[in-house]
Amino acid sequence: MADIAVHDTAAHAGHDDHGAHVTATGLSNNKLAMWLFLGSECLLFGGLISTYMLYRGRRGTDPGPAQIFDIPLTSISSFILLMSSLTMVLAVNSAKRKDDSNTKLWLTITALLGCLFVGGQVYEFTSFYHEGLGFTSSLFSSSFYTLTGFHGVHVTVGVIMLLAMVGIISRGRVTGDKAEAVEMIGLYWHFVDVVWVVIFTLVYLIPA
Amino acid sequence: MSAVTEHAAHEHHKAHDHHVPTDQYFIKVALFLAVLTAIETSTYWWPDALSSFATPTLIVLMIIKFWTIIRIFMHLKFDSPIFSAMFYIGLGLALFVYVVYLFTFQFFAR
Repeated sequence: MADIAVHDTAAHAGHDDHGAHVTATGLSNNKLAMWLFLGSECLLFGGLISTYMLYRGRRGTDPGPAQIFDIPLTSISSFILLMSSLTMVLAVNSAKRKDDSNTKLWLTITALLGCLFVGGQVYEFTSFYHEGLGFTSSLFSSSFYTLTGFHGVHVTVGVIMLLAMVGIISRGRVTGDKAEAVEMIGLYWHFVDVVWVVIFTLVYLIPA
Repeated sequence: MSAVTEHAAHEHHKAHDHHVPTDQYFIKVALFLAVLTAIETSTYWWPDALSSFATPTLIVLMIIKFWTIIRIFMHLKFDSPIFSAMFYIGLGLALFVYVVYLFTFQFFAR
């Protein structure tokens, strides 16, 4: 009996009842690393937004924000991305309740909303291009496409992570704490949303 | 088990047992954010009504939305302050980069 108890303790050494590692700080190393990564992402987007703010008036005779921006369309895209943050947080809550079917459902809805947002961005870029705003047309266009394009790539990566997570949960191949794995993707997704909150206001709504 | 390991396990357990808001709470927060987005967007249709107040209003709304998402949706309000510190350091450096940019190109370049 004593031997079994010793074996059981050894087998679970360094893990809690959620299947996660117990660390020296008492905090999840994965979560700490994710927050550090998001902090560094602030620098990336900070640089891109600053560049856009400085160059948005440098366009010569090319079309500018007032001529090409479709605010109603971008408002709908912004609303879609905002609602995807709600579905993401519902997925995290479902994962914490160990409710796999609802977790997969909310993750899939979040991914679909992300796809809608990216689709809107592709449509926007295409229409801007047809109106004569190429990537190298002016400093304004270069900084605009770089900023919003980088954000679009982040959303696309988020969609891939969400769909991969749905697949991993479906196959039952989540190693460690499942709720934490979903929460990590959730943090990334909310960050992408929060960056768009800034871009939508500074780039689209505040007049140049 | 050593005292350090016991302390870490206790802290870890505390971190897992932090207050998790209900789905209804998050839905209310999302509705609040949707209302703020609607107000933001409405400034586009009534620019003359707001005139010089438009930009400060939009910036205040943006900050409220930003703060609400990181504090509630990203759980910073309910999690360890170390996670907040990690993010705020990055955010502070990003703002510093913008200020340096502004000074370099707007003032020193003249």
